[in-house]
Amino acid sequence: MNRPNCFQFRWRLLLILAVALLAAQAVGSQTMSVQVKSGQVRKSPTFLGPVIANFAYGDRVQILTQQGAWYQVVLPSGNGQGWMHMSALTEKKIVLKAGAKDVSQAASSDELALAGKGFNQQVENEYRTRNPNLDFSQIDQMEALTVSQAEIQAFIQDGRLTAQGGAQ
Amino acid sequence: MNQTSRREFLMFSGRLAVLGLGAAAAGRLLSGCAALDTIAQSGITIPVAGYNINTASIASSVKAVSKTFEDITPEQEYYIGRTIGAQILNKYRPYNRIAAKRYINVMGQTLAQASDRPETFGGYHFMIQDSDEINALAAPGGLIFITRGMLRCCPNEDAVAAVLAHEIGHVQHQHGLQAIKKSRLTEALTTLAVEGTKTFGNEQLAGLTRAFEDSITDITSTLINSGYSRAFENTADVTAVDILQRVGYNPNGLMDMLQQMGRQLKPGRLDFAKTHPDPKTRIEQITPLIGPYRPVKVIKNRQNRLEAALKGV
Repeated sequence: MNRPNCFQFRWRLLLILAVALLAAQAVGSQTMSVQVKSGQVRKSPTFLGPVIANFAYGDRVQILTQQGAWYQVVLPSGNGQGWMHMSALTEKKIVLKAGAKDVSQAASSDELALAGKGFNQQVENEYRTRNPNLDFSQIDQMEALTVSQAEIQAFIQDGRLTAQGGAQ
Repeated sequence: MNQTSRREFLMFSGRLAVLGLGAAAAGRLLSGCAALDTIAQSGITIPVAGYNINTASIASSVKAVSKTFEDITPEQEYYIGRTIGAQILNKYRPYNRIAAKRYINVMGQTLAQASDRPETFGGYHFMIQDSDEINALAAPGGLIFITRGMLRCCPNEDAVAAVLAHEIGHVQHQHGLQAIKKSRLTEALTTLAVEGTKTFGNEQLAGLTRAFEDSITDITSTLINSGYSRAFENTADVTAVDILQRVGYNPNGLMDMLQQMGRQLKPGRLDFAKTHPDPKTRIEQITPLIGPYRPVKVIKNRQNRLEAALKGV
């Protein structure tokens, strides 16, 4: 009578352990990092979808499903869902303030990316002091010009364009 | 009996856990060793587990992890792109008429959003350049430049869209980054691997800046002087056709632009004639994709806004 009980107990415990392990792996593989300055979250999986939220560089994003090049993600607030294009995300973990350990790990593996390392603002500044003839202020102005989603929509409509959007 | 079995089981699980942790730690140590490989050749002294170790003494025949342009993060691509942009601006100055600037940016953004790479680190930005030369250039990461001379080759909005979509194609496929010689990336990575603090030391900064300068030279000499390969140009054209169709433009706009350019390009000039395949060749390669040339139907709204925005260009 005791033996089967003990057997069941072992198996239940093993089962619980296995489920816990699988669940942890599933969550692990369903998390991605934002690899752009501002990761746009859209209402629908199309470039025509309005932007409903933004993630910051390096943020970990929870992935729910995939449709073409779009991932359904949990919003930054934790409540609700939206869609992000795969070009904004990476499977690598982005380390925002890398220490020596991260640096050596990143050099040897494909799982880590370091924010602010390698070619960065400091290197650009150094390059600029060596090349004072280059005008970066025009580049800054170029980057400052932004276009809203509403402007894109109006441009499509006014021009009688027939953008279908869709998950490509 | 039950009690004993439970204890046995718990001990067994405990051993398993210890074994697992041990394996994980061993894995860590091993990957740590792999990291040392990349910095072994540089011969610097690094503290490892409380000891100072000179990496030159570790091994001379170690393998560095192979890195290619694909390992350049979007953030690093962004900094490369900014400097390439500044170099392009050194060649042609900006044309800053607000209506024209706005028009090109809204159109460009619409096209970029429909591409397979709508998001880059710093986003897409477009600039008209004040030159009669026929040229359009893209810096890595999404800074795109088009000259007034090129805009004059575009009889309709679909043709302007074709030029921008072609440049977006170069950004999407990272053609600029592929011009960087592999040795530069290895140099940058080696410097990076020995650097662990928040900011670079003088020596590391000098090393990285050297690798950066060389990478910029690799790209500009391809982009501005020799041009991309025919294969890359064709890929950009194919991508352009795709983007144009997704947004609802007539891909024959690309044909219109190429025909006009074919008439205006003067051989021997330092513009598109030098860095791009002959327009005729490009037309021949696109034709199987979109069928025989059919003129772009003029859509009044589209034509009116083009003429209003690019008045005087």
